[in-house]
This record gives sequence, structure tokens and C-alpha cells, in this order.
Amino acid sequence: MITASSFAWFARHELRLSWRDLYAMLSANRPGRGRRILIAAATILATLHLLAWAALKQATDHGIAADLPTLVMVSGFLLLPISLMASQAMESITRAFYTRSDLELILASPAPARKLFAVRMLAIAIATSGLTLIVSAPAIDVLAVTVGPRFLLAYPVILAFGLFAAATAILFTMGMFVLIGPARTRLFAQIAAAIVGAGFVIGVQLLAIASIGSISRFEFLRSDYLLSVAPAIDHWIYLPARGAMGDAASALSVLVFSLVLFAATLLATAGQYAGIVLKAGSIDIDPGRRRHTKVSFAPRSPAAMLRGKEWKLLLRDKWLMSQTLMQLLYLIPPAFMLWHSFGAGNTMMIVAVPVIVMAAGQLAGGLAWLAISGEDAPELVTTAPVSPGQVLRAKVEAVLSAVAIVVAPLLIATAFASPVAALIGAAGACAAVLSSTLIQLWFRSQAKRSNFRRRQTSSRIATLAEAFSSILWAGATGLWVAGSFVALAVAFAVLTGLAITWAISPARIDFAARRALRHRPAPA
Amino acid sequence: MSVPDALAIAALNKRYSRPAVRDLTLTIRPGEFYALLGPNGAGKTTTLKMVAGLLVPDSGRISVFGHDTVDDPLGAKRVTAWVPDEPMIYDRLTPLEYLEFVAGLWEVPQERAKKTAGEVLDILQLAPHAHERCEGFSKGMRQKVALAGALIHEPKLIILDEPLTGLDAGSARLVKDVLLRRVEEGCTVILTTHILEVAERMAQRIGVIAQGRLVCEGTLAELRMANGGRAGSGGGQDSLEEIFLKVVADSAASEGAEPAGKTGRAA
Repeated sequence: MITASSFAWFARHELRLSWRDLYAMLSANRPGRGRRILIAAATILATLHLLAWAALKQATDHGIAADLPTLVMVSGFLLLPISLMASQAMESITRAFYTRSDLELILASPAPARKLFAVRMLAIAIATSGLTLIVSAPAIDVLAVTVGPRFLLAYPVILAFGLFAAATAILFTMGMFVLIGPARTRLFAQIAAAIVGAGFVIGVQLLAIASIGSISRFEFLRSDYLLSVAPAIDHWIYLPARGAMGDAASALSVLVFSLVLFAATLLATAGQYAGIVLKAGSIDIDPGRRRHTKVSFAPRSPAAMLRGKEWKLLLRDKWLMSQTLMQLLYLIPPAFMLWHSFGAGNTMMIVAVPVIVMAAGQLAGGLAWLAISGEDAPELVTTAPVSPGQVLRAKVEAVLSAVAIVVAPLLIATAFASPVAALIGAAGACAAVLSSTLIQLWFRSQAKRSNFRRRQTSSRIATLAEAFSSILWAGATGLWVAGSFVALAVAFAVLTGLAITWAISPARIDFAARRALRHRPAPA
Repeated sequence: MSVPDALAIAALNKRYSRPAVRDLTLTIRPGEFYALLGPNGAGKTTTLKMVAGLLVPDSGRISVFGHDTVDDPLGAKRVTAWVPDEPMIYDRLTPLEYLEFVAGLWEVPQERAKKTAGEVLDILQLAPHAHERCEGFSKGMRQKVALAGALIHEPKLIILDEPLTGLDAGSARLVKDVLLRRVEEGCTVILTTHILEVAERMAQRIGVIAQGRLVCEGTLAELRMANGGRAGSGGGQDSLEEIFLKVVADSAASEGAEPAGKTGRAA
């Protein structure tokens, strides 16, 4: 029997909540979908295993030796999940400090908060490892079957990464709390999490462009340049790679190191948890900031008021703005590439322009969600004497102009290198932005702006359609820049996808219902 | 020329997974203070949301000062203000900026908007907080900001859904005073409330909805008469609470038989 308020008791409580959250997310809050989810998960895993088998077959046929090029390559690929795990852990830990939910109940009870903290941090470490474990499982399993079961040691190595990432994230977040206070930590920890997450990929791409003139991580990791500057084969830095490739001693040492680091971090910080949560909570009850902004009631059209409101709210919400603009981090490599390859002709444009198009589409999707679904006073706007068309037009204009401000400088820079590529890029960006905005319009579902990061869970179809259209418009643009007529086929595929998305969207059903109502008979 | 009704609802129906509003017919005169009562899930909010243009009826007609809410939604909205139970305001705007935004949506002329904003902020005791962002405001303060937004464009019809829930005594009193003053000035007010004392003291006419139907309507005196005559309680002096509980219970009992609205309606 589990004693109340013990570590195990809290663990059971957390496990139950996490399981229900996960199930609700997978089933889109619809009951009785357990079997369907299981079948879908099994199908996806089987497909991923097949893909992994096909991708790794050639490598495993020739055997895998722990030589320097392989260790460098594996270490490089292991660094990517570590940076993503650290990012995820930082974000989860920040949320654990600031999200009130049940904290007030638990902190007001005589139960020891440090035990809850320990359980929540462990849960974060496991959840952080879990996603990487699921994604890596097909490759690990294929290697274990085709090369040898020693490759199963990659699982504890990934778990060790999760523990390491959680420990460093706890230390980082608590350090920020002490140094810059609770209000700033919330904002900066989230920004830091995004930068850490994207940092490795972007850093490698920048290094790749600067050293070998290519944006490809794969080419960079196997380049002579990297091998010439990499540490010697017996360096400790290759321990995780050796462990993941089946060396038991290396795997064990990585796991023990991470466990010790995680346990020491918990022991050192758990006692401060309650105090931090209370301080984090107190920033919410600070009186609103006093700021004498000019309010003139100047005559403006309702559309102008709506546009102005959207920009004002976005500019004033630093967290929201950072989250929205975070996608632009991925524009740094193509921008660097543009600068690096200035005058090099069209070759680089084929890579750089599609990235701009994709970023424009994704940015528009985020902004459109904020403007269309993330309306904090939807009833006010709906009851105003402004036609729904006017409201939508104003919101779309707000989105388009914000995206234009961000993307235009990059397209202008492109124009200096290749005016034609810039024009094609502009056309692709317009198509991607309009598609993302339309999808958000068709799948609007009211939510608080603060739920921005959970917007993908409201409609899987909208999320997929948005990603599909942005990626394919980017592809079509790249092909067009390369002079390939396949671009037309890709564009046609996107338009077909958009038509299907409209056909199954709630907006079409609503449109039909409103049309029927307009032609209703008068009551007797 | 006759003045159109402030609100005329005819044969209104709305259904979710079950019927929420059924054949509702209701008329409210200009300058009237009308309280719409009913148990939880009776269809009050659904009805008012259809009036405010937030929900589309399945069938029936709604007319606000002569403007059909489906055929002429903008005309209806221009003279209506909606205040939901959970105040929806922008955390990162100040009350003054919020009023500027609302005034812009309703296209209130600049000078009039400025003057009215000052007045409503004063009346609702929000003037000292006019330049603070709403993010730290209490529920009462947020409700007052939402009410200020409803008053800035000087609507002819104000619809309030549970406006007093969660307010302290002082804020509740202030809101009630503001509403009564608006009615004195000729504005029509419709509110839903579970605080029957508010309806008893403030409303000129009271309607009770149960299971989506209007089961009882009239002045308090008419309701007492109708209830006394029908229930045989020796009536005439029953409190609104007693009348309310009786008509709701009667409606539940007669559900599936003759609609209770027709039998309970005050003359």
C-alpha cells in the first residue's frame, strides 16, 4: 500500500494525470478511440521500422566499425537530440514553475513540496527521453536485429541524455530565477529553450556553409574538414557514441554520470521549489503596468481599429512575439548563405529561396492563428456592427503586413543576387502565406492567446494541411528557381490539397448552414 | 409611426445534441428592464446569444428595434451591447484603450467617444485605473471594464448574461445602479441572473425559461396572481423564489404534455 504524500504516491498521481493528458491529446478528447490509437501507433511504428531498415541496409551490409569518421558522424547526430531534449526540458521546467493548476492545492496542503518537485522533474526527464526514444527506436531495433543486440544499449544512452538534459535545464532555470527574478525568467527561459533547440541545427548549418559551402549537415559531418579538426579517436567526447554503438562500459559510464548529476541536482534544488513557485505565482497578482499611452479616439474605420489592435497586442506580448518569431531562427542559415554566396549564381538560390517561402508560410500560420482563433474578446468583435467579412479582411491584412515586414528584407537581399529568384520567391511566399491564413480561417476554433503553443492540438488536419502547403509551396518554388516544370505539378498538388482541406473543414459546413438559414421560411 | 419593439422573438428554435430553445416567443418593449430566469441549462444564454448574433438560430425570427438579426445583422448589432458572464477583455490593453477600440468598432464619433469614455470610467470608478493594463485586474474590475465597453456606444438594448456573478457587494451595487440609470434614460436592459432578489427588485417584467420554453412571464404582481391562481397556494404574496421553484417544477412535470408556458403565462 502506498503511503499518502510519499514519493510513490505523488508519482502515481502524476502518472495518472500524464496518461490522461496524453490520451486526450491523441484521441482529440473523444472517448472510445483506444483501439484506433493503438492500431495507428502500431502502423506508424511498423512503417518507421521498414523505412529504417531500407535506410540502414546499405550501411549494415558493410558492417559498422567504430572508426573516427563513424564516431564523428554518430556523435554529430546524437548532439541533435541532446539539444532538442535540453530545449524541451527547459520549457517543461519553466512551465512547472509558472503553471498554477494544482500547485495551489498541493502547496496549501501539509504534503512536502520537495517530493512533488522530485517526481515532476523525473517525469520531465522521462518525457523528454521518451520522444527521442520513440523516434530512435526503429533505427536501434533494426541495428540490433541486423548487426547485433549490443545496439540495444542505445536505449539507456538516450535515457541518460534525458536525465542530463533535465538536470542542466533545472540548474539553468533556477540560476536564471536567482539572477534575473521570476518575471524575466519566464520570458527568457522560453526564448533560451527555443534557441537551444534550434541552435545546434543552425550552428552546424552555419559551420557547414562557412567551411564546405553546403547547407547539408550530413555532408558537413563526413567532410575532411571536420575530420581534420575532430578530437582523437580515444577522446572521452566519443563515449556516448561508443555507448550507442554497443560498447557496454561506455554506455554504463554515460548512464551513471547522468544519474549522479540528476540526483545531485534534485538534492541541491528540491528544497527551494516551494519558494520559487510562490515567487513565480506572485508576479501574476502584481497590479497591471501603468503606462500613459496616447488614447485619442481618433476616427478610424473598424477595420483599422482591428488591425491596430492586433499589432498592439502582439508588440506588447513579448513572450508571444518571441514564440512567433522563433521560427525565423531557421532563416538565419539561408540568410547567411545568401551573404556567403553573393554573386555565386542560381545554385544557392535553389536552397535558400524555398526556406524563405516555408518560413513565411509557417510564420503566417502562427500569426493567423493569433488573429483569427486567438481572439481574447471574440464575443465583443462578433457583436460589433462590423460584417464578418470586414473583420476577417482586417485580421488577414494584419497578418499579411506583419509577414511582409519580416520576409521583404530577405527577398530584397535575394534580388541583389538574383532578381528572378527573388520574384519567384515572392510569388511562393505569397502563396504559402495565403494558404496558411486560409487554413486557419477554415479551422478557426476559439482559444486564449496564451494557448498559442498548443494550437496544433486543436485540429490535427489544420496542422498537417498547414505544414503540407508550406513545404510543398517551398518545394514548388525551389523547382521553379531551378527551371523545372515539375514545379507546376507540385503547385497543382498543393491546390488540390487545399481544396480537400476546405471540403472537410468546419467552415464549409457552417457556410452551408448559413446559406440554408437565409432561405428559411417565415414562421407561421 | 409606431415604435418597434426593443426585442421581438418569434418561434425561435435552437438544438445542440438536444433541443436548447423550443418555439420561444417573447416581446420586450423599449425602455423596459427585463429579467430572464431559469435553471441551469434552461436555454437562457443560448437565447440571448442568438439575440446578440453569437449563435445562429435553427429556425424562427429575432428582431431588435425592427432589425432582423439574420437579414440585417449589422443594423441589430449597431443598437445592441452584449456583456457575457465571463468578461472578455484584452489583458494587454488599458481600460481607456479598450474603450477606444470598442468605440472604433461601433464607429462612435471622436468627441462623443471621448466624453462618454470619461463619464463611464468615472461612473464605474475605473478612472484611477484608466491607464493600467487589465492583466492584473480582479474579476469585478474586469466586469466593470466590459460594462464600460457596453456603454461607450450608448446602445438602445443592453443584454447581460449573469452580470453580477462573482462581484463583491460594492461592485454589484454599482453595476445595478448604472443599469437602472440607463433604463431611466430610455435604454432597454435584458439580464439573466440566478440571484432572484435582483430580478425581484429591479426588473419591470420577468420571464422564466425551463427546458428551452418560456413557461411564465409578467410583472412580479402578475406572476404572483398567476401562480396563486394556478397553484392554489393562497397566493398573491409568494416570493419570486417560491414562484420560480413552482413553475420550474410544474414545467418539468408537464414536460411531454401540454407546454407549460401557455398555462403559466400571466395575463
